[in-house]
Amino acid sequence: MSTLADLGIAVGRVAFVMLFVLNAGGLLTWVERKQSAIMQDRIGANRARIFGLRLFGLFHPLADALKMLAKEDFRPARADRFLYELAPFVSVFFALVAFAAIPFGDTLRVGGREIPLQAVTLDVGLLYVFAMLSLGVYGVMIAGWASANNYALLGGQRAAALMISAEIAIGASIMGVVMVYGSLDLQDIVRAQGALLAGWIPRWGLVTQPLAFVLFLTAGIAATRRIPFDTPEGESEIIGYFVEYSGMKFGMFAMADFLETVVIAGLTTSLFLGGWQVPWLAADGFRFPWGATLPLPHLAVVALQVGAFTTKVAVMIFLLMLIRWTLPRFRYDQAMRLGWLGLFPLSMLNLAVTGLVLLAVRGGAA
Amino acid sequence: MRLRQRFYLVEVVAGLALTARHFFRNMAGHVARALGRRDARGAVTIQYPEERRPYAPRLRSLHRLVRREDGSPRCVACMMCETVCPARCIYIVATEHPNPDIEKMPARFDIDLGKCVFCGYCVEVCPEDAIRMDTGILEFAAYSRAGMIYTLEDLLALEPAGPDGRPTSPVPLPADRKPRWP
Repeated sequence: MSTLADLGIAVGRVAFVMLFVLNAGGLLTWVERKQSAIMQDRIGANRARIFGLRLFGLFHPLADALKMLAKEDFRPARADRFLYELAPFVSVFFALVAFAAIPFGDTLRVGGREIPLQAVTLDVGLLYVFAMLSLGVYGVMIAGWASANNYALLGGQRAAALMISAEIAIGASIMGVVMVYGSLDLQDIVRAQGALLAGWIPRWGLVTQPLAFVLFLTAGIAATRRIPFDTPEGESEIIGYFVEYSGMKFGMFAMADFLETVVIAGLTTSLFLGGWQVPWLAADGFRFPWGATLPLPHLAVVALQVGAFTTKVAVMIFLLMLIRWTLPRFRYDQAMRLGWLGLFPLSMLNLAVTGLVLLAVRGGAA
Repeated sequence: MRLRQRFYLVEVVAGLALTARHFFRNMAGHVARALGRRDARGAVTIQYPEERRPYAPRLRSLHRLVRREDGSPRCVACMMCETVCPARCIYIVATEHPNPDIEKMPARFDIDLGKCVFCGYCVEVCPEDAIRMDTGILEFAAYSRAGMIYTLEDLLALEPAGPDGRPTSPVPLPADRKPRWP
C-alpha cells in the first residue's frame, strides 16, 4: 500500500511537470501569435472555431496540430533513414526532460508524507538541466546531417556553433549564482533566495547577480535558437537545418523551440527570480518587514508558492516573446562575436567580482 | 555608431519599451472592447467579410443593366459600349424591339468579368444611361472562366447599391459553384 502510494506520488510529480511543460509549449504557439499581433496593432489568429465558439483563437494550436499530422511525411531519398527519423524526437525529448529538476514549489506535507514539489530531486540539478539543454543541440545537428542536404548541414553547423558559444556563457554566468547560494541543487538555490537583504529586500538572484541575469538571459535566448539568434533556422530567409522536414516532424522542431523557451523561463525564474518564493512568505504565513504577520495554513502556502512559480514563468515567457518580436536577427558573425567577445568575458568578470565580494563579506571562511 | 548604440543593451531596452507600450495600450483597448465599450479599439484590423470600410459613391463595382418600367432592358443595342471597351469583354447581339418607337434591344448582352478592367468607359459612353456600375458588389469570383461571364438576365436582375454603398441585391453565386462543407 505504501509503495503503491509512493509510486502514485512519483508518477504524479512527473506528470505534473510533463503536463505543465507540454501544455505551456502548446499554448506558446497561441501566445506567440496573439502577443505578436497585439504588439503590432493587429488582432491575430481568431477564426478557428468549434460549434461557433472562437475563444480568442485558442483552437488554432489544435487546428495546427491536425494540419501537421495530416500533411505528407516526406523523407529525402538519400537521407539516413534512422537518424532522420530520430532527430526531431531527440530535440523534443531533451527539451522536455530538462524541466524535471526545476522545483515548482517547496515540500508539500500531506498525511505524514513529505512530497518535494519537483519531478526529480537531484543534488546536481543545475548540471543536469545544462546537460539536457546541451544535448538538445544533438537533435539539431543530427537533423542537419541526416537530411542529405548541404544547406541543412550548414544550418546544423551554425546551430552547433551558436549553441557552444551560448552554453559557455550560460555556464560561466551561472557560476556566480552558484557561488552566492553555495549549491548546485536548484531547490537549495531557491530556498536560499527566500532570505532577506537589509531586512526587506528578497535575496533573489536578480538582486545579488544583476549582471549574470542579463548575461544568462541573452545566452538563454541564444540557446533556444529563436530571434534574435535564429541564424540556424532563419524561418523564411536562411535555409535552416530542418529544410527537409515536413508535417509533424517539422512541427516537433518548432515545438522543441517553444519547450526550450519554457525551460529557459523556468530556469531564469529559479535562479534569478526566487523560484516559488513569494516575498515575505514563510512556511507558516506572511511575515511583513513592518512587523505584521498573516498566518496561513500549509496548503494555502504551497498553493501560493506554485502559483507564484507559474506567474513568474509566465512573466518570463512574456519577456522572451517581447524580445523575440522586437529585435532584428543578429548576423552569424555578430552572434559569434557577442557570444565569445561579449558574454563570455563579461561572465568571467562577473565571476571574479562575485568572488572578491564574497571573500570580503565572508572573510574567506566560505 | 555612438558608444550608447555600440553597447546595444540601452537600445534594446528602448526598443522593448516601445513594443511593450504598444502591447499594453492595445491590450487595454481589447479588454475595454470585450467589456462592452464599443468605441474602444485594440487593433486597426477590419475583419473583412463581417466588417467593411465605407465605399465611395463613385466606386465602380459590378455592372448592371437598367430596366424600363415594363422590365425590358433600357439598352438599345447601339454597340457603343462594345466598341469603346478596351478589354473587349462585352458581346451584344441585337434584335428588334416589339415597340416600333424603340427600334432595337439586345437579344444577348454578355460581359466577361474575367476580362473586364473596370475602366467604366461603357458607363460613360452609353447614350441611354442603360449600363451602370453602381451595384456595390465586389465579390463575384467563380470556379471557372465560363462562370465569370454574366448574361443579360444576370445583369438585369441587379439593383443599385443603397445610400451606404452596400449592395441591395444578393451577391450572385457562381453557377458552377462546388458544394461546400457545412
